[in-house]
Amino acid sequence: MVSVEIVLQLFFRKRSTMAIYIKGMGTISPQQSWGDETLLSQIMESNGDKLTCYEPEYEQWIDPKNLRRMSRIIKLGVTAGLMALKEADVTNPDGIITGTGYGCLDDTGIFLTKMVLNEEHALNPTPFIQSTHNTIGGQLALLLQCQHYNQTYTQGALSFENSLLDAVLQLQENPTKKLLIGGADEITEASHAIQKRFGFFKKELNSNLELFNAPDGTINGEGASFTVLSGAAGTHDKASIEAVQLFYKPSYAVLQNGIADALTQCGINPSEVDFVLSGKSGDERSDSMLKKAIAEMFASSSLGYFKHLCGEYPTASSFALWLAARILHEHHIPDAVIIHDTGRPVKNVLVLNQYFGTYYSLMLLQSCRATL
Amino acid sequence: MLTNLPDTLKSRVHVAGIGVISAIGVSVNQTLQAFQHSRSGIGPINFLNTAHQHSLPVGEVKFSNDQLEKKLGVKPHLTRTALLGIHAAREAVAHARVNISNWRSGLISATTVGGMDKTENFFSEFLQDEQHGNLHDVINHECGKSTMLIADDLGINGFLSTINTACSSSVNAIMLGARLITQGMLDVVVAGGTDALTRFTLNGFNSLMILDSEPCRPFDATRNGLNLGEGAGFVVLVSDRVREQEAFDSLALVSGFANTNDAFHQTASSPDGRGPYSAMEQALKTSGLTTSDIDYINLHGTGTLNNDLSEGTAVKRLFGENLPALSSTKAFTGHTLGASGGIEAVFSVMSLMQQCVWPNLRFAEAMPELGIVPQKTVEHASVRNVMSNSFGFGGNCSSIIFSKA
Repeated sequence: MVSVEIVLQLFFRKRSTMAIYIKGMGTISPQQSWGDETLLSQIMESNGDKLTCYEPEYEQWIDPKNLRRMSRIIKLGVTAGLMALKEADVTNPDGIITGTGYGCLDDTGIFLTKMVLNEEHALNPTPFIQSTHNTIGGQLALLLQCQHYNQTYTQGALSFENSLLDAVLQLQENPTKKLLIGGADEITEASHAIQKRFGFFKKELNSNLELFNAPDGTINGEGASFTVLSGAAGTHDKASIEAVQLFYKPSYAVLQNGIADALTQCGINPSEVDFVLSGKSGDERSDSMLKKAIAEMFASSSLGYFKHLCGEYPTASSFALWLAARILHEHHIPDAVIIHDTGRPVKNVLVLNQYFGTYYSLMLLQSCRATL
Repeated sequence: MLTNLPDTLKSRVHVAGIGVISAIGVSVNQTLQAFQHSRSGIGPINFLNTAHQHSLPVGEVKFSNDQLEKKLGVKPHLTRTALLGIHAAREAVAHARVNISNWRSGLISATTVGGMDKTENFFSEFLQDEQHGNLHDVINHECGKSTMLIADDLGINGFLSTINTACSSSVNAIMLGARLITQGMLDVVVAGGTDALTRFTLNGFNSLMILDSEPCRPFDATRNGLNLGEGAGFVVLVSDRVREQEAFDSLALVSGFANTNDAFHQTASSPDGRGPYSAMEQALKTSGLTTSDIDYINLHGTGTLNNDLSEGTAVKRLFGENLPALSSTKAFTGHTLGASGGIEAVFSVMSLMQQCVWPNLRFAEAMPELGIVPQKTVEHASVRNVMSNSFGFGGNCSSIIFSKA
């Protein structure tokens, strides 16, 4: 077997003819991330080895007769999608592109359980029907009567980034499109029990805010975050996406060169990155390459973490994109996020994520106010 | 179509290699023989351990996991989805004679079950006690893991992605690959899909009561459901530059594609097939072709009452009375779910290479509502452009057009 290292230079504004603008966002996470609250003004804290979503009243978004059959991830995803569309003032997007690492775990588990217990007889098809990864995208299309492009990616912790890539490709073809893209993953009892046995999580964590105090293991997380993107600038844009880059099993040299190259392509010096939002997970081994890269390349930038707020899950980078865009839009880094504050005004935010040291991604965002 | 891209970023998308494994053979050559002799792969279950072993016919690949492992020389305990995927992807890459490591290469694979074949075994023990069940059986559960295993095996260096839009997945994988090449992000893309038979999907479709207890009869008036199948199919897509530098003949061109949503029901297709219609119509539009340019349609044609009527209605609405040769090859292979678009892409390219159209086995009587008579025998024909359809749960509809190079 060959050892592979993958780096895909996806999108750089400078090389491309356009930027990508964030028109609206909808995020349901273990924090209060929806509604009119000031960004992360009240931090949700809990003990144990998982963080589950702080959920809205779904009836406000979805007809109760549709809600009844939906599993939690479908509610999370569909509602986050509808929130993003509302904020962007878009009724019918030109495409719906979803990323999910694990898909609809709960329905999968229900069908599997019944199949085993009933010895393959007398099974209710509903959980099977809703177990496929594209159920969130399909339900959104159905509710919106959106007959346009519909796509679902599931590549571990590049699932959301794959959705972003797809949006980039489509917007390069036609910048005026408005695309709804998002990431969603759920924790179920079974998935948590299994992942726990793999030793992924810290034991006896008193609070998620203490995630970075001990070296081994992370905390399980979940969430759904959707974004409306377009290649055409508007007056209410939250932020622009300047670069996206994906890595799979990179060596340190490949990772470091990849990050440096991304910035060069965008015409930005590392010193111009005002704030680095790091996907540090609390697991020292998984975090080591990212930690080293940030220390070597971005010593003069402010630094923040986010996984103590949302937990670790394959599409956590969609939460990070939301957080970075909100920070840029509001010109303020919440206390719960900042680790090292240089006091610099925030114009360029670099999101660097990693997932168990296998998948890495880079997203560079810029304030729209600065460019208008 | 790509009006906003500078010309230097536009490339045609060539098919440089194909690879397939299914119930009718473990290679393109074996598949061709099965077509030529109208030899169906549908039969009793031999390897899948299920309560329905004697009641439901399937299109099973005629090798056990152990045999596939030995054949491939890979480490033990890989999921069946990964084994089938590696088998077909290796054939496609070998056929293409492109040295992947010389180019920016990507793998885009589609799957709906991923490592479910192992997970469902794990679950029996896990349900009795959460500390039980061998963790090795769930380590490759995620759909994306099968793609990682294939990418590692091939030595892919530029990109990997997995798509799961149910039964339309593989066509979407080829579509993404074509976009990445057209826009100059990658030079070589191995694209397609892989799915193994599992108890999960067999029981899922059985609970929906859309499995035929007899070999399926797509587009026939007496059709009574689908047979599940398994397998993998991949095409190697390359840019103009790769083709020129490596100096080989293009097998076919990817000339058009579209992805739409029926937005009608989570599982059922709309009666007028509005999603399938717009997928086919938009695919034609992106290719710059008209209906009279299409010489063969490889139908989705699952054999369910709903799909075939809906798809047939859409085909008739778009093509009118002058239908090209059309057939569902699922009567040979069964419905291979996420792999079907990849497998049928290979069949479509084979049609262009052989200048042949493939038969729709077991067809006797046309649907009274439509009167569509599919291709009944294998036949030599002038095939310039082939359209291949794939539709799935969640309303996902995709159509792709391959053209003679």
